[in-house]
Amino acid sequence: MKDTIDSYVTADGRTIGGVMMEMKNITLRFGGVVAIKDISFDIREGEIRAIIGPNGAGKSSMLNVISGFYHPQEGEVWFRGERRPTMKPHNVARQGIARTFQNIALFNGMSVLDNVMTGRLTQMKTGIIAQSLWYGRAQKEEFQNREIVEKIIDFLEIQHIRKTPVGRLPYGLKKRVELARALAAEPKLLLLDEPMAGMNVEEKEDMSRFILDANDEFGTTIALIEHDMGVVMDLSDRVVVMDYGKKIGDGTPEEVRNNQAVIDAYLGVAHD
Amino acid sequence: MTVQETGKPEFASIPALLARNAKIHSTSAAYREKEFGIWQSWTWAQAAKEVDALALGLVALGLNRGDHVAILGRNRPYMYWAMVAAQAAGAIPVPLYQDSVGEEIAFVLDHCNARFIIAEDQEQVDKVIDVQDDLKNLHHVIYLDPRGLRKYDHSRLTPFAKAQELGREKQSELASELAARTDELTYDSTCVMLYTSGTTGRPKGVVLSNRNVIETSRNSSEFDDLQAGDEILAYLPMAWVGDFIFSVGQAFWTGFCVNCPENADTLNFDLREIGPTYYFAPPRVFETQLTNVMIRMEDASPFKKWLFKKSMDHAQRVGPDILDRNPVGLLDRIKYFLGDLAIYGPLKNTLGLTRVRVGYTAGEAIGPEIFSFYRSLGINLKQLYGQTEACVFITQQPDGGVSADCVGVPSPGVELDIRENGEVYYRSPGVFVEYYNNPDSTADTKDAEGWVATGDAGYIEEGSGQLRIIDRAKDVGKMASGALFAPKFVENKLKFYPNILEAVLFGAGRETCTAFINIDLSAVGNWAERNNIAYASYQELAGHPQVLATIQEHVDEVNKSVAQDEMLHGCQIHRFLVLHKELDADDGELTRTRKVRRRIVEEKFKDLIDALYDGSPSVSTVTEVAYEDGRKGSISATLEIKDAIVQDTNARIAAE
Repeated sequence: MKDTIDSYVTADGRTIGGVMMEMKNITLRFGGVVAIKDISFDIREGEIRAIIGPNGAGKSSMLNVISGFYHPQEGEVWFRGERRPTMKPHNVARQGIARTFQNIALFNGMSVLDNVMTGRLTQMKTGIIAQSLWYGRAQKEEFQNREIVEKIIDFLEIQHIRKTPVGRLPYGLKKRVELARALAAEPKLLLLDEPMAGMNVEEKEDMSRFILDANDEFGTTIALIEHDMGVVMDLSDRVVVMDYGKKIGDGTPEEVRNNQAVIDAYLGVAHD
Repeated sequence: MTVQETGKPEFASIPALLARNAKIHSTSAAYREKEFGIWQSWTWAQAAKEVDALALGLVALGLNRGDHVAILGRNRPYMYWAMVAAQAAGAIPVPLYQDSVGEEIAFVLDHCNARFIIAEDQEQVDKVIDVQDDLKNLHHVIYLDPRGLRKYDHSRLTPFAKAQELGREKQSELASELAARTDELTYDSTCVMLYTSGTTGRPKGVVLSNRNVIETSRNSSEFDDLQAGDEILAYLPMAWVGDFIFSVGQAFWTGFCVNCPENADTLNFDLREIGPTYYFAPPRVFETQLTNVMIRMEDASPFKKWLFKKSMDHAQRVGPDILDRNPVGLLDRIKYFLGDLAIYGPLKNTLGLTRVRVGYTAGEAIGPEIFSFYRSLGINLKQLYGQTEACVFITQQPDGGVSADCVGVPSPGVELDIRENGEVYYRSPGVFVEYYNNPDSTADTKDAEGWVATGDAGYIEEGSGQLRIIDRAKDVGKMASGALFAPKFVENKLKFYPNILEAVLFGAGRETCTAFINIDLSAVGNWAERNNIAYASYQELAGHPQVLATIQEHVDEVNKSVAQDEMLHGCQIHRFLVLHKELDADDGELTRTRKVRRRIVEEKFKDLIDALYDGSPSVSTVTEVAYEDGRKGSISATLEIKDAIVQDTNARIAAE
């Protein structure tokens, strides 16, 4: 395992451990377009890590590299002290990395409960036949998984929509259900792609609280992309700033806020 | 109740009743709560063990005899155990309204000098932490749900489970001490202290003794033949006296089961799953349910609409008689039976009211149409009239003796007296001991002979012998013409319309009456959706010309009906406006039990009232509002003032 020597305790009493995931010199190209150019950063155990940047900076691409959906042409991904070979996303999920999507990707015709249950699929061991006959081990397994799912439902306060088809829910609740499905996988690392996009102030506050509580309660490490700077600065321990596929800043919210390159990227600079 | 030769009752306290129930009802369910999607249940024997462990834990943490223990949270078995555990340890439970804001909680905690607080979750603990610097006497806070609280300073903070664990550890040491404290409880020891919701001024702490609670519970349980095996759903605020009497007093006396919903939003599902046999809801809940049913029927197919209307018309005609066992023709009975198969039965099931044997409503007058809707379905819905100071029961309606206008005959053990000014007084075993630390108020309310003023004006209806309440005694006034002014009478008529959520009538000392109206967002919003009317906010919808026209129709109809009343025909509405915001407890306009605080509304919207009387066609105003997270903001609006059609009553009087 990699070093845990430089673990530290934050001002609000959370323990941040050693490096969990390390991206080394990642470059991702689509044909001639370079989406990510030679980026390196790390994510530590237990921290909330934000990735920010203007539109088209390559943030979602970076999240897709972490989740195994894109395979970078250059660079290495290290997870828990081991170099990760090129992997299919479902194998990455089995390693304990779960995610939510920028455009909600739920099964609209299924109930909230069933949607969240799909988050447990990677953990189920019985086969399709045993599950359809629903006897013995498959039944026991479903009970165990349902219990975990119910705890998540309780945690995110969505009991009242347990049996409601997802398609009938308002946007803010759908986002919450998506978070529930990701948490149901009991991930080590949770990737959130714009969890607050399109939400009102109250919904944002709720979502922030759920993210903080998930981090606190389950010890889940969180990497998130978000445009609301207030939220990013409040929630995250460290922030990576990207612009045109390059890393232009990395550090605590305070450091990033005062970084001239970051200010220029957001406010624009005069070209002479 | 068996009274022993010494005159001491056999069960003189709630903990004593718990010990009895743990023996005689040991294996039947005492509490259920839905959690993680499953109904978890506890038998009386298990509940007694839980209470015991917590009581020992509280003693171990330093709870003394006579301490006040504030209970801050929603209805959960653990919170009920906390109250009984406090009693067993010789302390006094003080349940608080869980949705109160910090300063309201601070006032009560300070007033009762709470030494222990049992809080449900982080939200409640945070409220306490915000105000704890002012609470000199606060010793310890116990919390139930540890979520988000792990990193808090735990020097004065203990999880509920840990307190129980501590109690179990110290059992051998402290059991005798606890037993001694429980045994000391007499019929005259304080059972609970409940704060009034404070319609006027600061809340007052009503001290209720074991005698008050147990005698009232016994009497009322016998009145309706409540039994072990009955089921109730505990969902009304624990700080409200009704919840204490139903979910603690009567539950412990009879040994029936208290069911707690999963959370506030799942109430309707939980109600359906439990199917309570004994059910209480304020009129507002019945109104909302009825509104929802009607809204959903609007979307039904024409055949279903026709069948629903046909069946309901028949039910309205014969349903109440069938319920009261009055003679009804055979053909009508068969029709009702068919209606029951097609409509009434499934509808009751959807509402979760299939098994209701005894249902009560109280707190406000209920619209006669709403009341008869439920009764015609075959639900034994009755009215009662009560107060915190009386341990709820003053009057209640017996089975078969029900009417929408009256609130019933005096409950067993209650004497009534109507004084010259029309105010209702009562005396009963349930009459409270005192207002805590407030001898002046106590003396104002309760005289030396134990008669208590209700503050309500009413009279005994001839024939039925039932009490009829007109209005709050202090709200009943005279208009400039000398005619009787009873605002609630008119407001209730308005509130029957599903589109109208709340109404406030003005007119005391004036020539004419005027009104504020709040639209019901769910009903009007649904109507707007069906008619393709776009709106961005409550304010915009409330000001929409078509909405105003609909409300105008309602007001005109109410005027027609008010004109029929001999005493109150002067209260017809001449001008009205539809408010741009919903009256809200967070803004101080309603009490936590959602009653209008007339004086505050009058003060706050003085500009609007002036406009109602000076003849102007519209008025611009700015109103300060408090958001749920405590921030303040303001909304400005221009409101249109409408003139209503007033019926000429002089002609009618002349004709008589």
